[in-house]
Amino acid sequence: MDLENQARIKELAEKYGNEDLIVVLGGAEAEASGLAAETVSQGDPTFAGPLAGVSLGLKPYHIFELKDQVDESVYEDQVSMMEMVLDMDAIIEEVKKYR
Amino acid sequence: MNFPVVKGASYALIHAPHMVIHQGTTQTSERRKNPESEHLKKLPEHLRSFEDVVKYPPNQTYIGNILPAELKEIPRPWYENPIQDAKREGKYGEIMPEDEFLGLIKAVDSFELVLLEENFQAAVKEKLLAHPVVGDLKELAKLDKNPAKLEDIQKLVDGHLAEPMYFEGKLVGCVKKAHEFDQALTEHVMFENLVSKASAVFSLKLLFAKTDLKPEDVDYIIECSEEACGDMNQRGGGNFAKAIGEVCGCINATGSDTRSFCAGPAHALVEAAALTQAGIYKNVVVVAGGSTAKLGMNSRDHVAKGMPALEDVIGGFAVHISENDGVSPVIRTDIVGRHKIGSGASPQAVMQAIVTDPLDHAGVKLSEIDCFSVEMQNPEITVPAGAGDVPTANYKMIAALGVKRGDFEKSQLNNVVEKIGMPGFAPTQGHIPSGVPFIGFARDLILEGKLNNAMIIGKGSLFLGRLTNLFDGVSFVMEKNSGKVEEAGFDKEEVRKMVAEAMRNFASALKVD
Repeated sequence: MDLENQARIKELAEKYGNEDLIVVLGGAEAEASGLAAETVSQGDPTFAGPLAGVSLGLKPYHIFELKDQVDESVYEDQVSMMEMVLDMDAIIEEVKKYR
Repeated sequence: MNFPVVKGASYALIHAPHMVIHQGTTQTSERRKNPESEHLKKLPEHLRSFEDVVKYPPNQTYIGNILPAELKEIPRPWYENPIQDAKREGKYGEIMPEDEFLGLIKAVDSFELVLLEENFQAAVKEKLLAHPVVGDLKELAKLDKNPAKLEDIQKLVDGHLAEPMYFEGKLVGCVKKAHEFDQALTEHVMFENLVSKASAVFSLKLLFAKTDLKPEDVDYIIECSEEACGDMNQRGGGNFAKAIGEVCGCINATGSDTRSFCAGPAHALVEAAALTQAGIYKNVVVVAGGSTAKLGMNSRDHVAKGMPALEDVIGGFAVHISENDGVSPVIRTDIVGRHKIGSGASPQAVMQAIVTDPLDHAGVKLSEIDCFSVEMQNPEITVPAGAGDVPTANYKMIAALGVKRGDFEKSQLNNVVEKIGMPGFAPTQGHIPSGVPFIGFARDLILEGKLNNAMIIGKGSLFLGRLTNLFDGVSFVMEKNSGKVEEAGFDKEEVRKMVAEAMRNFASALKVD
């Protein structure tokens, strides 16, 4: 996960806590989405960024999992096409492991 | 309409394993944070020989020796299935070894910033003088001058006054800083810019060697790499284009630099097409050298997965755009896609703006485009790093957009991807994979009647510059030439009709009188 994004998420988690804060991922691939999910929940597995060794305990979700929470027309415009393109099941399965 | 044409394209690769270690940003960042890291220790064992790089199937595709369709038939991983009789010379270009390239860097240096160790310099001079493409450069005379002693080079490198250059594990040269404290002229910036200039010079020389274009016939050069040259008062002042043209003997050309991250080349080609169609210039060359920063960018993943560090080549290309010759494939300047500032950043909005909007505007169906050249990154590099198969993802997006619009049935999605797509074969050098690697093939396949058209797409991630979160994308369509060249200024048939009509009106008027 991008080092600057790690720093921003760390800052937000410190400010708002991890109870009412979730991380919404838009990764295009299962392994990369899983890495991002692991980074914000357990810490940066690559030990490269600000979340190395820092377990924020945030719950990660992929946007595919939140379809029902999003305005239908917005989801249609922004995400629906990618449902046909990406391996949704593999991505969701990987992200779920970190909740 | 008299569309401009694609007259030729050339492609260069330079094997640069020592630059992977010493100048690739993944490694330089690691060295800064953790100099004793396992990655830095293991990386050298994962670097390939020049012979392995030449035999690597995607590299043979990039220089034009095998078609993307042929690459697709070679079993993966490609690095375990080399082409045994492969040559460094290709139909459209060449793969150059690192020592020759270091010599070329000294040859293109105008400010005596490059020092090469005396024995290395003498050896590499002989190789370059015998080189069929760059051997005639008068700048090679610089390889007779200022041979350096190893201890002097070492002193400059140790004093952080120069960027080191290595070959076969030994220090053989360096690039000195160009100013005492100007951050835009440090040894590192000068090294990157000279690498970009030298690889672009090689690409342009290859274009002259592989096509009929003569240096003196070039009117304008558009350089579209991802580097910036200037000093502290104008950090990106330019001008790579004229610096490259000067070395290559383009005495009648001027030029300028165009930037838009990976979409730069597509912008530059549209500009070149416009300049030639407007009649401002007859022959425009779009050229770009490569980047050392991106060497070994994903090597941490490659090393961890026991693979060779495949990002070991610098890429370059040159494309010649000219006025309509009645033969070469045209650039349909009436089908130019652009991601507008107001287009939106979702994948769907991006694809619509750069793929279907321009086709709709020109009344061309998505299904009428034979082939799409998208971001042609070699998937063998990106998949192990978690970035997926980039070209395939792009083809799926185009097909999925077609399904949403009703151009195709959902059940046809995979067939469409198969029909319009091809495997990625370009190094991950940002601007290099973005649409342009297929232009040489597209030109020949269209001339041979095997393709009617191809859409070339460039996409760029502008957020990396931290000035905007906007995305970027530009596309254009190459198409078979109708063979009809309209004469400039007027259409004879149209004038004949107008004269006939005027005569008829005059005769009628006489009758009435």
